[in-house]
Amino acid sequence: MYWTCFVGVLKRELLRFWQQRSRLISALVRPLLWLVVFAAGFRAALGVAIIPPYETYITYEVYIIPGLAGVIMLFNGMQSSLSMVYDREMGSMKVLLTSPMPRPFLLVSKLLAGACISMLQVYAFFAIAWLLEVEAEPMGYLLVIPALLLTALLLGALGLLLSSFIKQLENFAGVMNFVVFPMFFLSSALYPLWKMRESSEWLYWICQFNPFTHAVELIRFALYGQFNGQAALVTGVCTLIFTSLAIWGYDPKRGMVKRKVGG
Amino acid sequence: MRLLVLAAGLLTALVSQAEVAYVSNEKSDTLTLIDVDKLEVIDTLEVGMRPRGIIFSQDYKYLYICASESDAVQVMDLATHKVIHNLPSGEDPEQFALHPNNRHLYIANEDSAVVTVVDTVDRTVIAQIDVGIEPEGMAVSPDGKWVINTSETTNMLHWIDASTHELVDNTLVDQRPRHVEFSKSGEKVWASAEIGGTVDVIDTASRELIKKITFKIPGVHRDKIQPVGIKLTDDGKYAFVALGPANHVAVIDASTYEVLDYLLVGRRVWQLAFAKEQSLLFTTNGVSGDVSVIDVEDLKVIKTIKAGRYPWGVVVKP
Repeated sequence: MYWTCFVGVLKRELLRFWQQRSRLISALVRPLLWLVVFAAGFRAALGVAIIPPYETYITYEVYIIPGLAGVIMLFNGMQSSLSMVYDREMGSMKVLLTSPMPRPFLLVSKLLAGACISMLQVYAFFAIAWLLEVEAEPMGYLLVIPALLLTALLLGALGLLLSSFIKQLENFAGVMNFVVFPMFFLSSALYPLWKMRESSEWLYWICQFNPFTHAVELIRFALYGQFNGQAALVTGVCTLIFTSLAIWGYDPKRGMVKRKVGG
Repeated sequence: MRLLVLAAGLLTALVSQAEVAYVSNEKSDTLTLIDVDKLEVIDTLEVGMRPRGIIFSQDYKYLYICASESDAVQVMDLATHKVIHNLPSGEDPEQFALHPNNRHLYIANEDSAVVTVVDTVDRTVIAQIDVGIEPEGMAVSPDGKWVINTSETTNMLHWIDASTHELVDNTLVDQRPRHVEFSKSGEKVWASAEIGGTVDVIDTASRELIKKITFKIPGVHRDKIQPVGIKLTDDGKYAFVALGPANHVAVIDASTYEVLDYLLVGRRVWQLAFAKEQSLLFTTNGVSGDVSVIDVEDLKVIKTIKAGRYPWGVVVKP
């Protein structure tokens, strides 16, 4: 019964994703632009020193691969938050939430389904990067799966949590400005944190408190067959907190959507 | 029985003894020793001032070290890692080459525009040959007939007859020739020009230029492309050229002279050495103070290891 329900949610997400093929293209264009244009421009300007998990000097393109994988999932997490708001406005959310299944199960199913889509996009991105000769270690592409799943869940949960706060579709631009961009730029996705620390100590600490930094580091280490315990712990704990808060947020008795779903 | 086990143990230890890379650090006056299997630093040895060129005797009993600012070539006993004596070397020795007879050492004396020939057994200078200004690169042909010296300011390769110790001919190359290397057969000579940014391949018999190789790395200004160290694989497949402050090693098809790839290594890559039957290539990176290791088959940099200050030369003891 639970399985059928999960498959239903997953199918719906996949169907929606398939019907919006332009979404895949736009999800890939963004990181590819960073990889091809931005990284090429900064290749000479930013020297990347040897920091774990790397064992030798790397080009800037190689450095930003994990960060760009993270950003694909960040946007996807926010996209599913947008679709939740859309569903709520269109009324199709009622259909989902009136299912006899427990609501936390429905929400986690939705998260997992979103995570699957995120990971599909990331692997499409890895494939294109590989064709552009920007590659990680061969085994890394397999070992990174758990790290990608956890990151997708973290960012999906964050999106879900945000969607419980957003009343209208129009507010989504605010999410972009106040969540996506700060999370992306104030992290280790585009530049190593020691580089950040050279210019500003407090910016460095903001980056350290950004869970996205730890998710990106988790992916980075996994791509080279290494496990970053601290990053895994922070990502895992944040995922649990965001998921719990989102479930709380969608609880009709207590949460933020009490009035809207009821009315 | 115990003796037998001990002997067997010793034998295995001897047989499986790892190769060791010796790296000269010109600013910390030391040699860094790297275990080639583990790719880890295993020892650091104090030597004379500003060690640059280093070379093994052919039986790997001794290591000759150009201690440039001590104006000496030091001889290190490899069994004890102690400097046992100095050889007379002339002023400011930078690079040198050992004749296949394992006895005559040809030393380029940068400040005095001569090549000094030293007998390593008698520890005497047997000849001094006038060459161009700022002599630098040195090589002896595999058959021991020719000695080539490059002079940085005169921009020439000087051909010295090894039997008479006389300068026979000069070949003009691009600006600031730094290093010269014979192919395994001795038929070709590869010479790098640091400021010219080129590598010339010259026919040994006719001393004519066969090919001038140029380099272009996307995102790196051409002034930074300064070829220095050269190494050729014995199978004639690849030539590797260290490109100095371009921080890359160029991979060249040694038969077509086409540049196949540029591999990112540390800053100011200077000299190169093969290890493990030419399956690995070590590079010294002066400014970043480390040694990068290239997998020759995959043409990938697999690791970079911290060395002393300004690593200059590298040789590998099998």
